[in-house]
Amino acid sequence: MMSNERKHAPARGAVYARCTRRALAFPATCLLLVALVASSAQCAMAAELSAPPDTMAQRVAACMVCHGKEGRAGNDGYHPRIAGKPEGYLYNQLVNFREGRRHNAAMAYLIGNLPDTYLREIAAYFAALHLPYPPPQSVAVPPATLAHGRELITQGDQSRDIPPCVACHGKTLTGTQPAIPGLIGLPRVYLYAQLSSWKNGSRHAAAPDCMAKIAGRLNWEDVDAVTAYLASQPVPADSAPAASNPVKPPLECGSVPAREGKP
Amino acid sequence: MKKAILLLFVGIAMFLGGMAGYVYLLEQENEQTGMTNEDANIQVIRGKYLALAGNCAACHTLRGGAAYAGGRAVETPFGRVYSSNLTADAKTGLGNWNADDFWRAMHHGKSKDGRLLYPAFPYPNYTRITRADSDALFAYLKTVPAVEQPNREHELRFPYDSQVMLALWRTLYFRPGTFQPQAGKSAEWNRGAYLVQGLGHCNACHTSRDPLGGANTHEDLDGGMMAMSSWYAPSLTASSGTGLGKWQKQDIVDLLKTGVSQRGAVFGPMAEVVYRSLQHLTDSDVQAIAEYLKSLPRSEPIAQFNPSLEGRQEMYRVMEQGAKLYKKHCADCHGENGNGKAPAYPPLAGNHTLTMRSAVNPIRMVLNGGFPPGTAGNPRPYGMPPFRSVLNDDEVAAVVTYIRNSWGNFAGPVRANEVDRFRSAPVN
Repeated sequence: MMSNERKHAPARGAVYARCTRRALAFPATCLLLVALVASSAQCAMAAELSAPPDTMAQRVAACMVCHGKEGRAGNDGYHPRIAGKPEGYLYNQLVNFREGRRHNAAMAYLIGNLPDTYLREIAAYFAALHLPYPPPQSVAVPPATLAHGRELITQGDQSRDIPPCVACHGKTLTGTQPAIPGLIGLPRVYLYAQLSSWKNGSRHAAAPDCMAKIAGRLNWEDVDAVTAYLASQPVPADSAPAASNPVKPPLECGSVPAREGKP
Repeated sequence: MKKAILLLFVGIAMFLGGMAGYVYLLEQENEQTGMTNEDANIQVIRGKYLALAGNCAACHTLRGGAAYAGGRAVETPFGRVYSSNLTADAKTGLGNWNADDFWRAMHHGKSKDGRLLYPAFPYPNYTRITRADSDALFAYLKTVPAVEQPNREHELRFPYDSQVMLALWRTLYFRPGTFQPQAGKSAEWNRGAYLVQGLGHCNACHTSRDPLGGANTHEDLDGGMMAMSSWYAPSLTASSGTGLGKWQKQDIVDLLKTGVSQRGAVFGPMAEVVYRSLQHLTDSDVQAIAEYLKSLPRSEPIAQFNPSLEGRQEMYRVMEQGAKLYKKHCADCHGENGNGKAPAYPPLAGNHTLTMRSAVNPIRMVLNGGFPPGTAGNPRPYGMPPFRSVLNDDEVAAVVTYIRNSWGNFAGPVRANEVDRFRSAPVN
């Protein structure tokens, strides 16, 4: 159909592309040299035709636009850091996005047609990255709020059947292998959004969904306090997730495999 | 005067009566009876394969839900149609159906109870398949674990929710009829035609639709805007600029089988089609599809982009902005000359996604990025970042204008307001 278009279009388009390239892409030295434009274009072409690096870093470069360089998010934005989180946790989240248990249109679209094996590999890649964290956020809340947050996190609230966060997420809150995420070094707005999503039923994990149950027992004051405390804590020097699951988790969690030989 | 009015009424009544009679006659079914002398196990295996070729599970499975239990919404310009439960559950699925009932649905577009089915279920395509294939599909579905999940009522607007309207629609757009092989063509071509026109239901997306949702059959597979999903399904005809004219048969095979090729990669809704359906087809069936597609006629040329002097000057300004952005964000992967690094990063020079009139797909690619599907032939695809949070509408328009008008591409400018329209469009 394009016989007409083909006759005229390439000429004009190509001339224009050459002009802009000369003006913008190549420095002035390019013109000063006697070297022909054609030969430099050929060099560029030869370089381009080489295959991209056969690495995971190159394959998942798409993730860095939102999650920051090498998966290290800053603390100013919404998107969470993914570098250094437990592999099982990252894998579960990728599957949850694909299967509609977590809702983020961009994530669902990006990884919607990737098989489990590749998602596992992507998770392993980011889990193995251990990078320095940014300094904690300064959070403007009353000291009483921070104290309430600290109490819930370290002691829980037995009267309301709320276990302390540290029971599963690790004593230093840096997560627990293989599938429980760290809670510090994350933007407060992200933490807040996750707890809200659980409370209103738009974030799910594999059943039985322990976090949904716990979030349901938190009131909005609790959410406020917990997120404020978490976002304002510095990440300890050893930010690696704790070695293994709690021996007996306070609640049954579908996304955390039971420890072998233990109930 | 009275007599004239009376005559008018009689005329209208006769017309309606005639229509009703015509519809009735059309709806008469010429039954083909099943011939099941096929080994039962082989039939099930074949049926499973055919279900993959038809991508039945894609619509009949809810995201994260039980296979074939239905419930996925198909958005149409007339409302929402929910797919039905195809599992063997007696109460909510096809447990009480027999092969004749299934054939009636596939071939005649009617449910077991005689109700006319909405063509979101693509029976205008499935009517092309043979009775033996219909029976094999049914035999396979009988083996799918039964799941009790009641079908959801469709949410269609008046008057599209009425069976009368549907009957009229069918008189306009639907004729039951099994695929008839063409004598002068090869067996491979005929197999390709059978798959493309039948189970593949390619023209459900790759053909433009009229306002009543009927396929423009005279422009079959010549591309069209997808209703509701805001992607442009490209032409599959031999048009050199926008269709498959310049594609080698092997390029088409690679794309359908692996999701990537030397000429381009699949994205948007087609990524799912390759992931769930086409990658599972045998090499010979994919070859047959490519053979058939390569034979589609060349379509008429579209009016050429021909700007005024003023338009050209504005375009040069945008092109310069686009060139800078391209060098910064795109050239690492797609190359300064737009040659790409196929199959990981598709070439942009001569890429038919960029040479077609509609700029929807490149705009959406830049906004949403994407990974080609992870397939057996390309299990670890390279991804493209979503630039929606990096580039504003003017910048997306500039970079898309640049890639549509460089290296021999010449498809005309893109404006910022076109980009804005797709920022909030559903990604799939």
